[in-house]
Amino acid sequence: MTKHFASTIAAMISQVFILSSQGDHLIYKDFRGEAGSDVVGVFYEKVTALTGDQPPVVMNHGDLHFVHVRQGGLYWVATTTADSSPFTLIEFLNRLAALVKDYCGSLCEKSVQMNFALIYELLDEVVDYGYIQTTSSDVLKNFIQTEAVCSKPFSLFDLSNVGLFGAETQQSKVAPSSAATRPVQSSREQGGKSEIFVDVIERMSVVIGSNGVVMKADVEGEIRVKCFMPSCSEMRIGLNEEFSIGKSQIRGYGAAVRVDECSFHQAVRLDEFSSSRILRLCPSPGEQTVMQYQLSDELPSAPPFRLYPTIERDSGGRLLMYLKLRCDLLPRSAAINVCVTIPVPRGSVSVSQELSSPDQSAELKLQSRAIEWRIPRFPGGTQLSALFKLEAPALGPAPLMEVGPVVLAFELPHLTVTGLQIRFLRLSPVQPGPSQRWIRYVTHSDSYVIRV
Amino acid sequence: MPYLGSEDTVRELRRHLSNPNVQSDPLRYRSSILKVIRAMSQGVDVAGLFSEMVKACATVDIVQKKLVYVFLCSYATLNPELSLLVINTLRKDCQDPNPMVRSLALRNMVNLRLPSLAEYVEQPLSAGLRDRAACVRRVAVLGWAKLHNLQPASEIDAAVVNELYGLLRDPDPVVMVNCLRALEEILKEEGGMAINKPITHHLLNRLGQLDVWGQCEVLRVLQRYRPQSESELFDILSLLDASLVSPHPPVMAATLSLFLVLCPDLPAVSFAALERVRGPLLAACGSASRETRFTALCHIQLLLRSLPGLMGAHYKRFFCGYAEPAYIKQRKMQVLVELVNDDNVAMLLDELRGYCTDVNADTAQAAISAIGERAATSHTRCTDPVTSHSAATDRCPPLSSAVVQTMRDLVWVCPQCSDTVCSALEGCEETLQDSQGRQALLWLLAVHGERVRSAPYTLEGFIDGVRGEASPGVKMELLTTTMRLFVCRPAETQDMLGRLLHHCIEEETDMCVRDQALLYYRLLRCGMEETRRVLGGRRSEPSLGVLIGRPAEPISQWASSFNTLEPLKQGAGETETTGRASPQHVTFDLDSDLSDTLNSGGFSFSPAGVQAPPLTLSLSPALSPEEFERLWTQRRLDYVCLEERIRCPAVPHCSPQSLQAAMQLVNIQTLAFTAAHASPWRVYLYTHAQQAAQEEVKVTLKQRPRDEKALQGFLSILTAVLHTLPFNTH
Repeated sequence: MTKHFASTIAAMISQVFILSSQGDHLIYKDFRGEAGSDVVGVFYEKVTALTGDQPPVVMNHGDLHFVHVRQGGLYWVATTTADSSPFTLIEFLNRLAALVKDYCGSLCEKSVQMNFALIYELLDEVVDYGYIQTTSSDVLKNFIQTEAVCSKPFSLFDLSNVGLFGAETQQSKVAPSSAATRPVQSSREQGGKSEIFVDVIERMSVVIGSNGVVMKADVEGEIRVKCFMPSCSEMRIGLNEEFSIGKSQIRGYGAAVRVDECSFHQAVRLDEFSSSRILRLCPSPGEQTVMQYQLSDELPSAPPFRLYPTIERDSGGRLLMYLKLRCDLLPRSAAINVCVTIPVPRGSVSVSQELSSPDQSAELKLQSRAIEWRIPRFPGGTQLSALFKLEAPALGPAPLMEVGPVVLAFELPHLTVTGLQIRFLRLSPVQPGPSQRWIRYVTHSDSYVIRV
Repeated sequence: MPYLGSEDTVRELRRHLSNPNVQSDPLRYRSSILKVIRAMSQGVDVAGLFSEMVKACATVDIVQKKLVYVFLCSYATLNPELSLLVINTLRKDCQDPNPMVRSLALRNMVNLRLPSLAEYVEQPLSAGLRDRAACVRRVAVLGWAKLHNLQPASEIDAAVVNELYGLLRDPDPVVMVNCLRALEEILKEEGGMAINKPITHHLLNRLGQLDVWGQCEVLRVLQRYRPQSESELFDILSLLDASLVSPHPPVMAATLSLFLVLCPDLPAVSFAALERVRGPLLAACGSASRETRFTALCHIQLLLRSLPGLMGAHYKRFFCGYAEPAYIKQRKMQVLVELVNDDNVAMLLDELRGYCTDVNADTAQAAISAIGERAATSHTRCTDPVTSHSAATDRCPPLSSAVVQTMRDLVWVCPQCSDTVCSALEGCEETLQDSQGRQALLWLLAVHGERVRSAPYTLEGFIDGVRGEASPGVKMELLTTTMRLFVCRPAETQDMLGRLLHHCIEEETDMCVRDQALLYYRLLRCGMEETRRVLGGRRSEPSLGVLIGRPAEPISQWASSFNTLEPLKQGAGETETTGRASPQHVTFDLDSDLSDTLNSGGFSFSPAGVQAPPLTLSLSPALSPEEFERLWTQRRLDYVCLEERIRCPAVPHCSPQSLQAAMQLVNIQTLAFTAAHASPWRVYLYTHAQQAAQEEVKVTLKQRPRDEKALQGFLSILTAVLHTLPFNTH
């Protein structure tokens, strides 16, 4: 047998284009002249013709491979003729979307459309002849000249009363939500106002069995820094001192904050990490993830929600579902935007409901064959109940099997499930003039499933 | 703005651009140019504005310059003459004190892609290589690669190549990486740049200064390096260890492929590397980006082919999230099925069962097939979900069909669960929508009809509707089923068999169906005993059940496709064949039935081939190619050498991959095959202690020690496998 030599074809990007979800051409740039612009249409035809279960990430058109990601409702597509690394291409497209978000303020069809000149400029600096040159916003800021056009003129006085991620505002404590939609470059002409945001974001995915046993509980977390500082040479982020990585390393008696695995951004210096849990880094303008961590199976606290369902068929052929939902958070915290999705049997026609308070709502979505029960705010330590009567004239022989699993989507503001906290945030040199430092915590439900 | 056709748009824009008032106002001028670019990216053909845009190029406004260059680079090839006008501006810009202007001009000079401009470009490019500013050098280095590709026939300038080699020591990391890229492109014909020991070590030492993209590039180039000694190899590997667990998936993947390429002869090292990347790969599986998740999953599937136990303890990481798209869920299920062991089987089945009610029919179907696949190895515990589920999903056509097909596959490999399946069949009276499902149901009724009380009623429904039946496959299956049922329950089925045969012989237009009906008719005239002997085929193939667990493959099987687009693409084809509940299986059943009947039609029924004593093949110990070659060429007395012809029209038409997959299913390892269109096409196979080479359809067998029975068994399995090959032309 012949020895297989590694291919020497590089990760060359032939074209990059951005399409709206309707297939409008927003951005098109050809780097190597290997294919015409007509492939944009080909791509859109292919991607819309796929059925749900066909993996769309990589598609072929003759010798040309399309690799795409979806971000902000847009298709970000790279084409290549070589058999490149999919990890590289996907990471690049994600990074490009993040850059566009940093520079344009937000990621949507409108902002891309309005800032197309800026995006062409970015692409020109980021990729040359199909080779990725740099994606560091530190380097790029020297080259990018075009100013971003904001869909809404940004004003710091526009402190809308909705906080980050829809959390309610406690006046000075919560950062303005507009922070998320601010272009990095605007700091230049806005002058004095310098801000830095440190977000601790956790996504939890939980499966609770029908007997109430937690079958799976995973948390993926990250610390994200968004920096709008004109001059910041170094910042130090102090984590909980009892923070430990891995299973064996539990120190002291206190409630240790433990994660299974942890990885850091390249630029983070860890010389003070092992002794006092301090991350040191020089933040570059824009958004970056400085630390990612995971925790599997052993949550430090009980899962935030429990469901006690009773489901039966009454004599009239209706399906009665009595659901009790308990929130096991501490009383001072609350979950917001809770949405409980309950799949119902085929053939269900309508539902009548009894909910315990008027701000809740529930409706039967026939398209997805599920009841959606929405609870805007759910304080810790309380319990809600709901009774759904389902009209289903043509029920199958075993309708109870088709009910469930119940899925919860929610946000837990000011809270991390792992207990990770940021003790302090120090900037050096000490910033001249007013500067604001925001630390925000939020936990999202990635997939919270309760079997019934 | 009212909608304008493309010609109107161009006319309007031209008016704007050539208006002196606009030209004198920089802001208005720039916004007119913006409009042009906007129209261009929306797909309007604005090539007609070329001369206006050339004029707009001469400006001090960098933003305007950049915009104009975007335009010029897109349309220069259409207007080579006018482009000559730009070159002077560009050359002047190359002397500009501002490095940004210099790099911009240099980059776009080559991006015009005009071979005619080459002579004007070379001098600024040479100067660019020695520029003080790194950003100019970066552009200049790649510029040479672009220039070379513009004129592929031209001589390679040795001085430039030497200079590029020299620039590998440039203090700027991007310049260094660009040099690698440029050299690879320029020296493509010679197999890429030279990777010798000093260069390798220089690159490795600078790895730390590079960003993610640069690291990937260097790691990829290093794949061509062959270390001179083992100690050097281990030095390199230990240097790379940190990148192996990099939090950036591209770096991790590139490092692992480098590991696999560097030490193909050290399986222990490769396996250790696979263990090391487990953490980062799992992290990528939980990434916020779906596409990254999907990519990681596809690569985990590759790894599992060689190390099935790699992810065993982490099976929960592959539980599907509710909101995940169907293609990720299906991949996760494929992985989950691989990870089943005695400890987690209950948990996993419960999880898979949860997916069976998914709103997305494809996902639900995949879940059912996954349970069925698992059921084949650890039967009793799995049949319950499938059967109880069949009751629940009766009303949903695609699901129910999937359930029936899964049950059929299940009964074929593990007869133990036929009782459970039979009891489930009692309730299955709903009409199945697709022919695959109907065929599966009929097959089940044929084989286990005597134990299903309602079987004749179900069958009657089918026979009453036979006129409306479009699929000949279903009709043929129906004939066989009715015959088989007649053999064991004659009183209930005699009448309907008569009706069916009458219809098929008198009214049917499909030749195959009619022939089969005639055949059965004649068979019946030969007497009941004869009929029973012919129809009493096998009901299950338990030996397949034992063989279904896939053996671990050597890493070299997939190492070359790691970190390429290949694993991400395979999915589409794979899910199409396996997702639809194994259509090969159906053809196989049909074939064996047919051949049984055909043989008996000539009254020369010889059961030797099909009913050979079951022979179990195994793949261990694995044979290395060298070992195989030694054994093959060796002539010793205790070898038996045999040549056999197997009639199999599918072989020349099937792809090597599908042949290999089919062989693997019965534990025959494909060691090598000749190139696709070589004639005769040879495949070298080995299994257990038998070796075979197959020349089109001629099989040469060598065996040690001599065992006539095992030889016959092997041949029959080989024949059976060859017959299951899908008859597609590649």
